[in-house]
Amino acid sequence: MPDVLMPALSPTMEKGNLAKWLKKEGDTVKSGDVIAEIETDKATMEVEAVDEGTLGKILVPEGTADVAVNTPIATIIAEGESASAAPKAEAKSAAPATPTAPAEAKVADTKSAEAKPAAPAQPVVAADPDVPEGTAMVTMTMREALRDAMAEEMRRDDTVFVMGEEVAEYQGAYKVTQGLLQEFGARRVIDTPITEHGFAGLGVGAALAGLKPVVEFMTFNFAMQAIDQIINSAAKTLYMSGGQMGCSIVFRGPNGAAARVAAQHSQDYSAWYSHIPGLKVVAPSNAADAKGLLKAAIRDPNPVIFLENEILYGQSAPVPQLADYVLPIGKARIVRPGKDVTIVSWTIGMNYALKAAEELAKDGIDAEVIDLRTLRPLDTPTIIESVKKTGRAVTVEEGWQQSGVGAEIAARIMEQAFDYLDAPVARVSGKDVPMPYAANLEKLALPSVADVVNAAKAVCYR
Amino acid sequence: MATASKNKTNDAAVSSAAPASSGSIATFNKDQEVSAYRDMLLIRRFEEKAGQMYGMGLIGGFCHLYIGQEAVVVGMQMALKEGDQIITGYRDHGHMIACGMDPKGVMAELTGRRGGYSHGKGGSMHMFSVEKHFYGGHGIVAAQVPLGTGLAFANRYRGNDNVSVTYFGDGAANQGQVYESFNMAELWKLPAIYVIENNRYAMGTAVNRASAQTDFSKRGVSFNIPGDQVDGMDVRAVKAAGEKAVAWCRAGKGPYILEMMTYRYRGHSMSDPAKYRTREEVEKVRTGHDPIEQVRARILSSKMLTEDEIKKIDAEIRDRVNEASEFATNDPEPDPSELYTDVYRETV
Repeated sequence: MPDVLMPALSPTMEKGNLAKWLKKEGDTVKSGDVIAEIETDKATMEVEAVDEGTLGKILVPEGTADVAVNTPIATIIAEGESASAAPKAEAKSAAPATPTAPAEAKVADTKSAEAKPAAPAQPVVAADPDVPEGTAMVTMTMREALRDAMAEEMRRDDTVFVMGEEVAEYQGAYKVTQGLLQEFGARRVIDTPITEHGFAGLGVGAALAGLKPVVEFMTFNFAMQAIDQIINSAAKTLYMSGGQMGCSIVFRGPNGAAARVAAQHSQDYSAWYSHIPGLKVVAPSNAADAKGLLKAAIRDPNPVIFLENEILYGQSAPVPQLADYVLPIGKARIVRPGKDVTIVSWTIGMNYALKAAEELAKDGIDAEVIDLRTLRPLDTPTIIESVKKTGRAVTVEEGWQQSGVGAEIAARIMEQAFDYLDAPVARVSGKDVPMPYAANLEKLALPSVADVVNAAKAVCYR
Repeated sequence: MATASKNKTNDAAVSSAAPASSGSIATFNKDQEVSAYRDMLLIRRFEEKAGQMYGMGLIGGFCHLYIGQEAVVVGMQMALKEGDQIITGYRDHGHMIACGMDPKGVMAELTGRRGGYSHGKGGSMHMFSVEKHFYGGHGIVAAQVPLGTGLAFANRYRGNDNVSVTYFGDGAANQGQVYESFNMAELWKLPAIYVIENNRYAMGTAVNRASAQTDFSKRGVSFNIPGDQVDGMDVRAVKAAGEKAVAWCRAGKGPYILEMMTYRYRGHSMSDPAKYRTREEVEKVRTGHDPIEQVRARILSSKMLTEDEIKKIDAEIRDRVNEASEFATNDPEPDPSELYTDVYRETV
């Protein structure tokens, strides 16, 4: 004979008032019948019978205030049971209906409080593969390197396809997908309508079904239309499915400020995406890294945000001519070793950082410059080791300072290398304003080589 | 507000709960009637139990029950074949059970236990089964529509003849991403069936208070996607409509929209007092159009089964649900170490 319990009708309800009985003792009830009304602080709610039978005894009369959740409020006598069986069953407190779980849950809570699971240790990421002595280096633009990376992966794996606005017949709004349609055809190089939210979601759906989409955003500024699908669908599904359903997908395109396109087309999303567990975030600064990391991103079984930069597309650099040049995601690179101050940057920020290092050298300051290349997972050990050596650090980014990547790096240095610091960490960043259009104002809004030089000198007390 | 009070008794909703269906009604043999009865009853009893367990504090967060809408998923499932994919929103328990997912695993996910489909990390709104081709379980209204379109895209990319079925509600039907999806699906002739479960209320807002075009079967007109309005309370009508849509998609003709006229008996979620409609309105649908009672009545009147045989089925279903709830109550919570697993897949 099941008890009818005082139900919880919201995630936070602990007690309520039993306002009214709609059935009386002896009434027949069937599953779904409304038998009582209860009042919470928010609303009046109905209590429905779940079991069929006769309403036995009403244990809590109407008008009773503050009835705790899970208090038996009545009994229901099932067909064939007699009313006299009621008290006996009550005494036994109807085992199956008694919620034993909350007690168990508490036990588990205490246990988990005692033995808090340790966050996984920083994963060991392999170093860059050796480029054999004598390997030919081909000078190419980042644009060409990205195209080659996609083409090589598409040749290797038929489930890889490219989609986005103007990627096929137009050959790419920034010509990054040039020639792909000619080689792979319209089945695998797909022009989409201007519909970022829709095609990002469609790409995630295809990835859940086992394909490996490379979704191009004409710029990441337009990906804000799609950010729900990127975060809620792509980044979280593996976790929400208990590891069953993964999403191998690359979202790529130019990120950050180009030139003279003003506030809505000039935002740096490094901090936005690197905030999200479940995503990997890559932001290369040169052609070779772009090629090796995009190939890695396409092969990665997780969603990868691949942040490119319009200004860097045309910059050339030597790329090793290897059949399969793949770089590890999650590994920073010390581009310029030094001993006096660590400068940390990524993507276009490296232009400022490296030029600043040259300027500083003239003044006798030997800067070590780290190219992060990946923003999530962040290669903290490389930064920390460097800071232990130099005792000083400057971060450089085009994005805003508040909750930025530089803020995160500064926090990690403070947590892990506090005793090694000879000066507070300095952050060089975009100014805290929407990007202005006027040429002079735009220049002021962005970081400059001089800003980096000044910051480095400041932390060196020079 | 005048509009609110006007819509308190949504008579239009009730009278059209069984609309003049533009499709036909499938003829069911005994096996089909009994199997539909069994499958719908399993969902009904499962949901009642889930409601009860929520009331006992065993299920947390949000819990959206499917009671009243059972004929939609059961009828659609009868029209599908192995490999066809299913995706839906957060009112998803019925869809999972109809796909053949184990009620024990579903209920254990509702209670947040390790035996749940997502090992307790997803909850009521986020469950998946690769094996049963069930792609969730999505908590953001209409997010499943582009995702389901992507499943259809994958079928076409691979050149198989499977279809994807994307379920969403009358509320979700007003989201922009639905129309972005319709456009791409028709443009690329994707084998996508969009099932709009019109249960008359988007949370507390009646259809006519939120939708300029309340005939959702017409929502694909500007994309040239055909659509039918179907009596979603009659499992035979659902199956017939489903077969028509499936045939259209498998033939490579592109997507198809089915608007299922249905009704949810319970509130939007467990904490919804449902004051936007009258008790009489709910009662009218329950007594006049209940999807399970319809089949039960047909089975009895045509003497396919006796009253006793039906009672035996009822008892079996009740046992199955009790078994699920017992498992979900006694199964341990996930090991604390699970906190950090499944964020990333290992890179090969």
